[in-house]
Parts: sequence; C-alpha cells; structure tokens
Amino acid sequence: MALTERVIYEYSAPGRGAADQWPAPTGEAELSDLPAALRRAEAPQLPEVSELDVVRHFTRLSQLNFSIDTHFYPLGSCTMKYNPKACNQYAMLPEFLARHPLAPESHGQGFLACMYELQEMLKEVTGMQGVALSPMAGAHGEFAGVAMIRAYHRARGDDARNEIIVPEAAHGTNPATATMCGCVVREIPVDTQGDVDLDALRAAVGPQTAGIMLTNPSTLGVFERHIEAVARIVHDAGGLLYYDGANLNAILGKVRPGDMGFDVIHMNLHKTFSTPHGGGGPGAGAVGVGERLLPFLPVPLAAKEGERYRWVSEAERPQSIGRLSAFMGNAGVLLRAYIYMRLLGREGMQKVGEFATLNANYLLQRLKDAGFDAAYPRRRASHEFIVTLRRQARELNVTAMDFAKRLLDYGFHAPTTYFPLLVPECLLIEPTETETREVLDAFVAALSQIQKEAEQEPGRVTSAPHTMPVRRLDDVRAARQLDLTWKPTAPS
Amino acid sequence: MAFIPHTRADVEAMLRTIGVARLEDLFDEIPAGLKIKGLDRIPEALNEMQVGRLMSERARCDGGLTSFLGAGAYEHHIPSAVWAITTRGEFYSAYTPYQAEASQGTLQMIYEFQTMIARLTGMDVSNASMYDGASATAEAALMAVRANRRSRAARILVPSTLHPHYRRVALNTTHNQGLRFEEIPYVRESGTLDPAALESLAGEDVTALVIQQPNFFGRLEDVDALTDWAHARGALVIAVVNPMSLALFKPPGRWGTKGVDIAVGEGQPLGVPLSGGGPYFGFMTARMEHVRQMPGRIVGRTLDSAGKGGFTLTLQAREQHIRRAKATSNICTNQGLLMTAATIYLSLMGAEGLKRTAAASHARTRELVALLTRIPGVRAAFQGPFFHECVLQLSRPAAGVLRSLAARGIAGGLDLAPYYPELGSAILTCATETKTTADLERYALALGDALNAAQAA
Repeated sequence: MALTERVIYEYSAPGRGAADQWPAPTGEAELSDLPAALRRAEAPQLPEVSELDVVRHFTRLSQLNFSIDTHFYPLGSCTMKYNPKACNQYAMLPEFLARHPLAPESHGQGFLACMYELQEMLKEVTGMQGVALSPMAGAHGEFAGVAMIRAYHRARGDDARNEIIVPEAAHGTNPATATMCGCVVREIPVDTQGDVDLDALRAAVGPQTAGIMLTNPSTLGVFERHIEAVARIVHDAGGLLYYDGANLNAILGKVRPGDMGFDVIHMNLHKTFSTPHGGGGPGAGAVGVGERLLPFLPVPLAAKEGERYRWVSEAERPQSIGRLSAFMGNAGVLLRAYIYMRLLGREGMQKVGEFATLNANYLLQRLKDAGFDAAYPRRRASHEFIVTLRRQARELNVTAMDFAKRLLDYGFHAPTTYFPLLVPECLLIEPTETETREVLDAFVAALSQIQKEAEQEPGRVTSAPHTMPVRRLDDVRAARQLDLTWKPTAPS
Repeated sequence: MAFIPHTRADVEAMLRTIGVARLEDLFDEIPAGLKIKGLDRIPEALNEMQVGRLMSERARCDGGLTSFLGAGAYEHHIPSAVWAITTRGEFYSAYTPYQAEASQGTLQMIYEFQTMIARLTGMDVSNASMYDGASATAEAALMAVRANRRSRAARILVPSTLHPHYRRVALNTTHNQGLRFEEIPYVRESGTLDPAALESLAGEDVTALVIQQPNFFGRLEDVDALTDWAHARGALVIAVVNPMSLALFKPPGRWGTKGVDIAVGEGQPLGVPLSGGGPYFGFMTARMEHVRQMPGRIVGRTLDSAGKGGFTLTLQAREQHIRRAKATSNICTNQGLLMTAATIYLSLMGAEGLKRTAAASHARTRELVALLTRIPGVRAAFQGPFFHECVLQLSRPAAGVLRSLAARGIAGGLDLAPYYPELGSAILTCATETKTTADLERYALALGDALNAAQAA
C-alpha cells in the first residue's frame, strides 16, 4: 500500500477529463437569455483528470483510512459496530434513490410505510409516546429536544425557565445545544462512583430550571443508579428530563428511557441502529417524546390512515417546533436504520444490549487482569468503560495519547482519548457486540505489549505511530499557518 | 440476525472471566423495577432474503414517475464511479477523522472538497459540510451575527423569494437566540426582490442580507447591486447558491465590488441522488477574515514530526468538544459521505463537464417552457430570464392538474399555493440534462389533456 497520495489537482492535464460522462455541449445561442453581467468570466479551477485517474486516486485515499470494515475500532461513545451490507444495498434501490422529496404521496407509499413503521418501532424500544425522524444528527436531535422543552414551558406561560442542568461528564454537544436554544448552562458534579451528586442536583434546581440533560449509561461507562431520584427531583422542581441517546446501545432491550422517567430523548441511529458513520456523517438523530411534549414534535411526521400513509403538515401541528431540515432529514439513513431493525427483530434487538455489555465487561476484566487501572473499578461496565493511564503518565512519562498512537501500529483504531475530561489520561473503550472474543483478546495483547514497551523503550511509544501514512502531525502549525485549500506551486 | 458472533463456549468462558453466572447478572446495577421483559411490539426478525423482498416491494410502490420537480433538489446524471467508490467500506464505515494518522484518506478528501467548493464559489475558505442547504443557511445567519461586530441588532433581511423551507428552518433554528428575520417582498411582475422595499430600510441597523441566486422561482437577482447596497450600510452578505449554477454564473466571491461574506447552499446537485430528501449536504464558504467564526469541521494541511506533509482537523477551538457552551455551534456530525460523493463527482465533471450539465439543464428547461406555454391556459408567471426552473401559471387549480399528471406517471412540478397564495394557480417546474425531448413532449401532451379535461368537467 502506497503511503502517500498526491492531491488530485496534481494529476490534472489541461484539456483532459472524464468526457464520456458529460452531456453534449450546448450552443451559446441557447444560453443567450442569460444576462452577460451575471455570467461567470473564468471557469472554476477544478481538476482535469480521466475517469480512471479519479477511481485510482479515491481508491488509494480510501486505503489510507482505518474503518470498521478493515479494523477493530473501539471508539468509546461512538458505537462502531458492523454496518450490515444489506442495509446499504436495500436503501439504495433505484426507486428509493430516484424519488424526489416533493413527489406526490401516491408515489411514496413504500417509503412512507417504512418511516411510519420506524417511528412505531423506535417508540417501542425507547418507551416514548411519539417519535419524529427528521433531525439529521445527534446534536440536531438534541437541538430539537431542548427546543421542545422551551416550547413546552412557554406554552404554559412559564417563560422564565431557561436553565439547563448538565453533569460535568456530558458530551460537549449538550452545553453547546443548550446555548443554541438560548439557555443558560449549569454544570453539576458527579460523585466518586460516577453517579450524579444528588445534593448538588437538589441545590441546582429551582423555578429557573428548564430541564436536565443526561446520558444513561453516562459517558463514564456506568449506569446512573439514582435515575429515579434524579427524575423525581427535576420533575418536582418543574423541569423536564432530556435523554442523550449516545449510549442507548448499552441498554437496548433491557431498560427504556421512557420507563426511567425521561420526557424527551434523541437517538443516534448511526450508533445504536448501525447506519454508517461515513467519515463524519451522515447521522440521524430521531427524537422521541412522552405525553407532555407530543404537540411540539418537529415536522415532517409520517401518519397512517386506513391503508394509506401520508405526511403530517405543519398546519396540522400548530404547536410544533417546526421544520428543521429542507426536506425529510436524512431519509436514506432512516431507511438503513429501518432495515437493520427488521433484520434484528424482537430477539435480535434484545441481544444487542446484552452482548455489547458482555464484550465490555469481558474486555475490562481482561485489562484489569493485565494490570491496567479502571477508572471505576468497583462498578459494572455498561457497553463501554474507562481505563486511566495516570500511573503510566506519572511513572513512565508515557501518556494516554502515546498509547493511542502506538495502538495504530498494532492495527487497532485508538479508543476515545481524553474524554470525559474529568478522568485524567483516559481511554474510553467501547468494543460493541459485533466483535469476537479473539479480537478482544488480541487487543488486550497489544495493550500489554505497549505497556512493556513503555517500561523498556518508552521512546518507541512516545514517538508512535511508526507505520502509518504520516507521523504525528503538527496541529499548532496547522492552526497558525492556515493551509485550507490547494494552490498550485509557482513554477520555479 | 443480530450480527453477534459469540459461540456458546465463548459466552461461558467470558462470563467465567468476568466472574458472573449469567448474562443477566451484568445488569445488576439497573433498578430491578425498571427492567423490561421483552419488546412485544417489535416484529419478528427477517432474514436478508426476506428483507430484500420486502424492500423491493416497497420500492416498487415509489417508482414510475418522470419528474419535473426541482425546488431545491435536482435530478442529474451521477456517474457510476461516484457511489461505487463512496460506498467502499474504508470511507463508508470510518468515523470522524479524530485520529489523523489513521484517517489521512478522509482528511485529504475533505481538503480537496474544501478546495473545489472554494474555487466554485470564488470564496477563500470552505468548511467540511453542514447537514443540508437549509441548516447551512441558518448557521450562516448565526455566523453573520458573530462576525458583524458593528451591528447590534441581530437583524437579518431575507427575501421572500428565498426557499420557503429554508426560511422556516432558519427561523426555527435561531429564534431562541434572539435573531430577527425580516422578509423583503418581491416584485409581482419580475419575481425578484423589490429594491424599493429594501431602500425603505436604509439607515437602519441591518446585520446581514441574504441573497438567493437563482431565487426560489428560478429567477435571477441583481446580485451586484444588492451586495453593494448591503456593504454600503455595514451589513454582511450571505449568498445562497445552487452549486451547479456556478458553472455558468458569477460566483458569490465576485458579486459587487467586494464579493459576499458568506456563501452557502445545497450540495445535492453534485452527485447526490434525490433519495426522498436526504442525506444531502450543505456547503459553507467564507472570506478568510471570518474563518474563526465558521461552524463545523475544517481540515488543514500541515507537517508531521518527520517534516512530511499531512492533513488534520484544525481550528478546533471553535468547536463544541473543546468550547462546550461557548462553541460557534453545537454541530458535531457533518455529511462526510455525501461530501465524498461530491468530491468524486466534481473531479469527474471538471469545469467543462459541470458547465455542460448546467447549460444542458437550462436549455432543456427553456425547451420545456416553450412547449408548455404554447398550451392555452399556461403562461410564464414572470418576465425575464430564469435558470433551469420556471414558474408557470395555469388556468385551472394546480393541485388537480398535478394529480392528473401523476396518474399518467408525471411529476409536473410543485404546487406553489401553500407557499405563495398570491400567485393563484402556479407551479414551479424544472428540467435537467436527464430529460429527453420525448419526455418533454409527453409532459406537454399530458398537461394539455389535464387542462382540457378540467375545462370539460
């Protein structure tokens, strides 16, 4: 495998192109109606390359990536499980791809049926009363959720409730979302065992409380044991409970956010329901709500009347927080999630949480046995857990980042590093249910080997990676000497 | 099928290692009263063969339409290479490139994407995509409020000819932060923004002016004059553009004497299938002076510890995972896979292929409009040029006409009544390079029949 690939512009030759893909030229006479003053003077600088140039270039680029299809990818909080090929193949049937979002409902009954059934299945697995599918990512679903909480309080004339409580271990999107919704963020601590500090919560709630945003199991990889007390405290104060679904995989089929007392939830369909991460997206952040928030769900929604399916319009939902996407959110991603759920069915869905949890607890135990320190050694792992390398950093001067980079040389994607922020030198490890025991054992062996290296030749670890396309990159230079677009080098 | 590989022996050995007897014991920290017994309302599993059959049947319900719909999503030819490569597992099943050394493929692709989009729009910098054109417009409004330090009003002027869904999304996304949107009406005869309405706002504090080109009606705005008008009053300019149109039209970076400040749009025309409305991607570009106010991910080229060039996420101090409540946006996920498709598409098309596609689409639409306006009871709603999309006024209610067209396998366009009731019976219709003369003639024949039948009824 070549470790370097030129920028595509560097393959350009003036006059070359994938011309067989282009339509025939149109005479200028047929464009004569377009005002000259609005026309483009110079052609945009785009590559001039053959179709085979393009295929080779992007195939080679793909080979510079780690991915689930090629590597174990235990990135905590990201649920990098196998993305079944069938989900892609059947979401990309030509009729689905060709359907225009504004096409008449008469020619969208197949898609609408899938969306309606997806809404119903997501209600069942989360224990919520209504589901809207259009938010396009987790953070977008969070936005919809907090916007609904605000709309709910406003509709009751309770306008002063603008404070969102967030535990300090929360994902960065939680406080950022609260800000986007015009709320003030109040962070509260967790106790030494990783549960929310109930006294701090009691002190934080009041007539200003709009709600609390919680991930459960939390980003510390443990189940929030006091969840019923948390719900009581927040509800008694007049606030609502928001469930960040980032870790839903841990409890799928075991316990439901609706039963825990949550009023609103977003699901990362690209995590729990195995739609692809695509190098950063697309995601899908469907939202579910309890009774109180039903009128505020965003549109569009799919409805069923007799044997026909239809879209519910904004006009029918006067209290809705409205439309959040140009059309129907990430429709093709939703189809993939639907297919995944149909493949798993009732029994499969219950196994997800069980085996994700089995793999995490097995890996945690094996790493503890190998001498690594768990951040919460007395707690059961959820679908993920935290190892802290504080000791290695102090005694050997080898950090969590060094371990992470060295893992790449051993053919494993690194776990999430330095998140959550309150555990020093941490690795957040999420193996998912689709990995074999052999893979987990090999991962333990690699980490043990790196530990040995850290003790015997630490330079080998602190200068890793050694086998990747590049060594460690200079991020300071990247930010100071911004090079964000390719420019031809001046001929010397 | 749960894609779980464990053998019975694995499970036993693993439970032994953990030191518990049963899988259920792993959930002993969850309050017993909360646990559920089963998921009764989830159907039984299907195997892949059964799912394939179900989905093929569902898909068949949705086919059989020749579409003349546009309104922000356009049908263009997509070379097979685009999705053959985009769906390679190494792109498809990778995460956000946080571990740069193991993600150089995605990172370099984003750098190439940023370059192509910046060149196409004539702007300095591009980010690594937003959710869609509507959400990019909303984020551009928020960005303008941060970037325009001279304005205190958080007041955005929006033409009523901006896509109606974009206007809704922008409002729904930003109203909790106190942004105010004011709609500028259009001139009934021309379908373009009313300069007199704009002039009446002179002297007031305006944060930004949004200009869509071509506008929702397909009509062309006087972008140079509008851009200069806004800049002369201390307002920033946000362009909302169709990237395909930029092969023919002056890029936003060249509008007026200074060029616009932020340019956004829907990237779908660049190699992304219609797919029922998504996933698409929004693009966002800006002048360099505003780069630190941009939301979303940005990739930069730098050097590694051995002095070799490489790519990495940069300017991350803007983002939610670092700044938390003070981030420029809560956005985290982008539309990486769609950006991959667009980068491959733009590489295959180049400037010449893109120009031919835009020109052919426009020529087809002119041909269609000429055919349709020959039918009694059909006329163009506005005078003057349009780009590959046109509003037609019908002598009969549009909803019924569109229904009879659909019954003959034609999606004739979008009924504008819910959005612009003042236009009476009007549809927005579009053709692209994918339509043949026979398609256009079939539409004309069906429309003539539909109007005649309505007349007779």
